[in-house]
Amino acid sequence: MTVKNKFTMTLDAKSANESFARACISAFAAQLDPTLEEISDIKTAVSEAVTNCIVHAYGETFGKIYISAELTDTNIIKIKIRDKGCGIENIEKAMEPLYTTVGGERAGLGFAVMQSFMDNVKVSSRVGKGTTITMSKKISRRFNING
Amino acid sequence: MSVKINVTGEVVTAYLGGELDHHTAKEMREAIDNAVELNMPTLLILDFKDVNFMDSSGIGLVMGRYRNLVKTGAELHITQAPPQIYKMLKLAGIERLAKLEGR
Ligand SMILES: Nc1ncnc2c1ncn2[C@@H]1O[C@H](COP(=O)(O)OP(=O)(O)OP(=O)(O)O)[C@@H](O)[C@H]1O
Ligand SMILES: [Mg+2]
Repeated sequence: MTVKNKFTMTLDAKSANESFARACISAFAAQLDPTLEEISDIKTAVSEAVTNCIVHAYGETFGKIYISAELTDTNIIKIKIRDKGCGIENIEKAMEPLYTTVGGERAGLGFAVMQSFMDNVKVSSRVGKGTTITMSKKISRRFNING
Repeated sequence: MSVKINVTGEVVTAYLGGELDHHTAKEMREAIDNAVELNMPTLLILDFKDVNFMDSSGIGLVMGRYRNLVKTGAELHITQAPPQIYKMLKLAGIERLAKLEGR
């Protein structure tokens, strides 16, 4: 497996950038000729991870979100979304469906959505340092037999 | 993001449009809650026909509206959810709280 294309970007952790981030990654993923459903899955998963950086990692403080994505010759998109925010104390607990530290208007389903819409989701985090989400999805090959 | 409200008797229908994420949810929520407070419906219908993106912020919005409605004994229906949004609502088990109809 080799990486055939890669992009990196840094964004201010502002809610106005949520739609921008998912639009960028879906435009990049288009090179793998995904179905509408695959594109939508990727957009949703990216939106979850980016929103978590804004809502949880930085909260009321200012920070940046570091995003990169790679396309492989095996038709896999691999996405990394990183923040330098507060970090997660108990990752296992944070990933449980319906678990949220912000009651009220949040469902606690962000990680469940990422896991259900992507093939693989990995979370690494250090309290006070930040969090990195790595996720990947294999895109079905439809017309481009020669890749 | 857009919300159009229609009131017919005891039914409030909110026609949602555009992208529903953390950035837009607050404004949508306020428009819906204003209409509910003003009209005290027995049924709130959230129509998703023109929503072209939704993440878990939308699930939070639906769950939050449900929690408010049960207090007054009112019901919640979700109509015309496009396939991808239907999939999200199913994943969240929303059909246990509200009648759920796809597009
Ligand atoms: N980047 C992050 N930095 C710090 N804490 C995080 C981060 N991402 C998630 N968390 C923690 O993990 C919990 C669960 O995240 P998840 O996305 O599943 O739910 P949520 O964001 O609380 O609600 P929802 O995503 O449904 O709106 C959060 O409540 C938060 O405590
Ligand atoms: Mg979340």
